Amino acid sequence: MSDSHGAYFIPEPSRWPIVGTLALFLSFIGGGMMLNGSGFGTFLLGLGIGAVIYMFCGWFSDVIGESLAGSYNKQVDVSFRWGMSWFIFSEVMFFAAFFGALYYIRVLSVPWLGGEGAGFATHMFLWPDFEAVWPLMMTPDMSLAGVESKFMEIKDVIPAFDVPLVNTILLLSSGVTITLAHHALKKDHRAPLCWWLAATVLLGFVFVYFQIGEYAHAYHELDLTMKSGVYGSTFFMLTGFHGFHVTMGATMILVILVRSMKGHFSAKDHFAFEGVAWYWHFVDVVWLGLYVFVYWI
Amino acid sequence: MSYGAVHDDEHHDHKPTGIGRWLFSTNHKDIGTMYLVFALTMFFIGGAMAMVIRLELFQPGMQYVDPQFFNSMTTVHALVMIFGAVMPAGVGLANWMIPMMVGAPDMAMPRMNNMSFWILPFAFTLLLSTFFMQGGAPAGGWTMYPPLVLQLGDGLPFLIFAVHFLGLSSIMGAINIIATVFNMRAPGMTFMRLPLFVWTWIITAFLLIAAMPVLAGGVTMLLTDRFFGTAFFDAAGGGDPVMFQHVFWFFGHPEVYILVLPSFGIISQIIPTFSRKPLFGYASMVYATASIAFLSFFVWAHHMFTVGMPLAGELFFMYATMAIAVPTGVKVFNWTATMWKGSMTFETPMLFSIGVLFMFTLGGFTGLMMGITPVDFQYHDTYFIVAHFHYVLVPGIVFGIVAGVYYWLPKWTGVMYDETLGKWHFWTSTISVNVLFFPMHFLGLAGMPRRIPDYNTQFTDWNQIVSVGGIAFGLSQLILVWVVIKCARGQGEKATDQVWEGAHGLEFTLPSPPPFHSFTTPPEVTEATAHS
Repeated sequence: MSDSHGAYFIPEPSRWPIVGTLALFLSFIGGGMMLNGSGFGTFLLGLGIGAVIYMFCGWFSDVIGESLAGSYNKQVDVSFRWGMSWFIFSEVMFFAAFFGALYYIRVLSVPWLGGEGAGFATHMFLWPDFEAVWPLMMTPDMSLAGVESKFMEIKDVIPAFDVPLVNTILLLSSGVTITLAHHALKKDHRAPLCWWLAATVLLGFVFVYFQIGEYAHAYHELDLTMKSGVYGSTFFMLTGFHGFHVTMGATMILVILVRSMKGHFSAKDHFAFEGVAWYWHFVDVVWLGLYVFVYWI
Repeated sequence: MSYGAVHDDEHHDHKPTGIGRWLFSTNHKDIGTMYLVFALTMFFIGGAMAMVIRLELFQPGMQYVDPQFFNSMTTVHALVMIFGAVMPAGVGLANWMIPMMVGAPDMAMPRMNNMSFWILPFAFTLLLSTFFMQGGAPAGGWTMYPPLVLQLGDGLPFLIFAVHFLGLSSIMGAINIIATVFNMRAPGMTFMRLPLFVWTWIITAFLLIAAMPVLAGGVTMLLTDRFFGTAFFDAAGGGDPVMFQHVFWFFGHPEVYILVLPSFGIISQIIPTFSRKPLFGYASMVYATASIAFLSFFVWAHHMFTVGMPLAGELFFMYATMAIAVPTGVKVFNWTATMWKGSMTFETPMLFSIGVLFMFTLGGFTGLMMGITPVDFQYHDTYFIVAHFHYVLVPGIVFGIVAGVYYWLPKWTGVMYDETLGKWHFWTSTISVNVLFFPMHFLGLAGMPRRIPDYNTQFTDWNQIVSVGGIAFGLSQLILVWVVIKCARGQGEKATDQVWEGAHGLEFTLPSPPPFHSFTTPPEVTEATAHS
């Protein structure tokens, strides 16, 4: 127990970190082999991901058990808060790499390919007929007569004031519902807490469902794919990683919902809820950036 | 099941036994030891690759290896030394020392700490396995520039996943260090009383959390360009290969400070101890470190002056780079002023620290030279840059880490290291490291390009001297292994708790070796007992 060790809590030796490491190692080997064209690699990747999920379940079971046993003091709570905050900051920087790439491509490299500024010679010697427009429907190599392009010409892009707007409303609403759930939790009202959480999970998964529909539409009708030149590259990289984060976030909220139903949280003591809520708001804010810079302007 | 250290303090040092002690460890000292042993192992693996390079370059013409393998050697040597030797050594020292220095029982998140370490051997298994794959190991340089890196064979996804894996380890380690320092400090240990090693590590941790995810994003784009048909780095599809260089160096320049700041922290502990004076300008050291870290995010493009950036970009990055010399100068003058009129002695840690002070500064000066854009056009990608960053990395950073090892080894093991061997290690290393790297300046100025297995005959003399220096430097490091093994086996004089006459700080209030969990009850820190 924490009190038998001075004022501190130190966990016992644990097998979960090494299980997690081996699971990720297996996933990476499988993923690498799969990309190199080996079917066995796909199998290993599946096995590895299964092992990662097993690790998460086991590790978090231990943490939840310790939390319910009352082993965590104020100091552990603050450590978790710092940990979650800086983890979210690292995620912000991960998305910053892709937003940075989008900025560089739109503001610098595509205009240079079109002959602006420093790109004058590139334009003249390589692709004199290339026109720099955004969204970039035709790649530079499509502008050369008699050369088969490696990329697909985009027929149309997804308009901002269509499904993406609906998705924006869904995600913003989910930010409201999770806040309402938090207010209910702080008053110890378990029923509204669970209902608002359920609403949040539902909004999250409906968002993902619409996003999948949008991808299918883009691939089948618009020829907007990952192979459609740099517009498709940035579009799918940003929205894809965001969609993955929404899926993760909604799953995390689902876990919190189950724990709320079991009565794991008290009005004062519920960091797991708050950490997941922070994460959800982060996913929300990333979407706003996406909506403005990828879909809208 | 019970949680936490159930053992009462009376029988402390109740250690888990067997292999499980290491695999499942939640103890900062055991994990720190594993980090340091791993780093030393990788130092010799990376060193062996350097020996292959120097052997091939002993004479002009092709002798021992084919050019592809030679390029793999330069590439993997860099990756192993940066991610496998220097960074883990820094984290290992942080693991061992930070809880003791701030008066905590352990790191804030001990299980995550375990995972941060255990990822490393597996990530390097992924990376080194590429040697046995079709297409061989990465050979396009550690900077992984496209389109060259995309021409790698089956090894490419393994290279990229290894980088992802290492990034994960670094981010978790950094989060742990921040949580530990922010939240586990003993009562009275205010921020401005923290030892400077702790300060440099908090700032390093911020850099890691901000920079590593950007690298992860960059290599992910490489992966999709190769396997999923995206066009991030393909101008024919509207992308730009130079964009990778921007993304990479946005990570890469802060990474330089991730490597060097812990070394600065170490010598800021050691120089006051052996000068028997408090550190000169403690607050200015903290502010200078923070300024260096902040500025490091605005200088990345000085690595790419010759790619054809607009003039405004060249000028901005040149001036920003010059600005970093100011806080760095503050630090160098503070260390010098600490020694001024001190009652100095020259034990091995102090010798290595003075080595850092002189030779890092030399590397800093050549860095300033290359920070000047028009001058860089001549030096770019020659042996001059190789000389520059090796001066910073080897006598600037590796010497700092080695100084830290000598300084704290008696604390860790409870016995003094062999001072005669330590002095031999210092003098052989210092002489050979200069024979190794100093002539590279001349080679670079004369126009010898880096990353090429062959050269014009007029470069032969200096290359032979460099190779001799390299082999001498490599052999000198065996002395360190000998010293460490002797201490680990308990051979030597018994060390006192204080270890060094002039040592200050909480780690020197604990017994040598310290108990399994450092501070079971928080110590009180006052102005008088605070930093040296």
